[in-house]
Amino acid sequence: MQETGSRMRSFAQGVRDGIPIALGYFAVAFSLGIAARNAGLRPMEGFLASFLCSASAGEHALFTLIAVGAGYLETALVSLVTNARYFLMSCALSQKFSPETSLLHRVLIGTKVTDELFGLNIARPGRVEPAYSYGAMVLPVPAWAAGTALGIRMGLLLSPRIVSALSVALYGMFLAVIIPPARKNAPVAVCVAAGFLLSLASQAVPLLVGLSEGTRTILLTVGIASAAALLFPVREAEDGA
Amino acid sequence: MEHNKYVYILIAFSVICLIRVLPLTLIRRPIRSRFLRSFLYYVPYVTLAVMTFPAIVRATNTPLAGAAALIAGILAALWKGNLMLVATICCTVVLVLESFL
Repeated sequence: MQETGSRMRSFAQGVRDGIPIALGYFAVAFSLGIAARNAGLRPMEGFLASFLCSASAGEHALFTLIAVGAGYLETALVSLVTNARYFLMSCALSQKFSPETSLLHRVLIGTKVTDELFGLNIARPGRVEPAYSYGAMVLPVPAWAAGTALGIRMGLLLSPRIVSALSVALYGMFLAVIIPPARKNAPVAVCVAAGFLLSLASQAVPLLVGLSEGTRTILLTVGIASAAALLFPVREAEDGA
Repeated sequence: MEHNKYVYILIAFSVICLIRVLPLTLIRRPIRSRFLRSFLYYVPYVTLAVMTFPAIVRATNTPLAGAAALIAGILAALWKGNLMLVATICCTVVLVLESFL
């Protein structure tokens, strides 16, 4: 069965690419666990929240809401805002799968569209096989959950200096996803530079300061990506779909 | 009323699932519009860039260490795009700088 062999290969490649993400997740989830601990969560609750949600900013917001005893409706609304960027990512990812990909695959892969797993799938040349996506998530998802639980249990044992150093791990991974393509593709470089600059500027604009981090991310993404799409339309072969 | 933590978690999970799953299941065909294709092509890079800066500078105990991690991370990514390597370099820069500052 040649097809099974190629599926196994895709799965194995996914697992391999997921290893650095799993390690990074474990470290970052540890610091998330400290926030969960402050909100009064037990390790099991933190594990469950992280295993299900797999969202850094979204979970951070969730723990803050639990800490202040916010209403359930508010929890739903804040979750909507802090995680809305995944809507755009899921739209972009829909173009990387073959139209024949089954509904079950789409649902299962969809529930784990995290920033980094999205980055991996997007970085894959051509179409993405579901086997690759599953392989990529098989280590990072449990690592994220275990890291959170461990952070709740022993977060206070880590010195603030270590926590501070670990807090940049995810940003390092983001840079590794966006910088190499920016080097090869000038419009992508312009997008990245505009993202950096306008993100900084938006924190000084009176109208935008009052908005949440998540809302600002969406507004800036839609604005900059629209401008880029108008200025530098992508040719058929370029987007790998 | 005493709020239940599991209900909170379930609410967040349901909302996140809808956000992530709906586009992937509803958009089944290649999008024809050149504008939309181009827009979706640029989305990931812009989103990740916006989330990285200036947040990375605020994440550390001293902003200078965060800024140094950003520059080191960009240089490392230009040199070699490896995720783990870039993340490790960023963390190390912060750890070393904050030990001296």
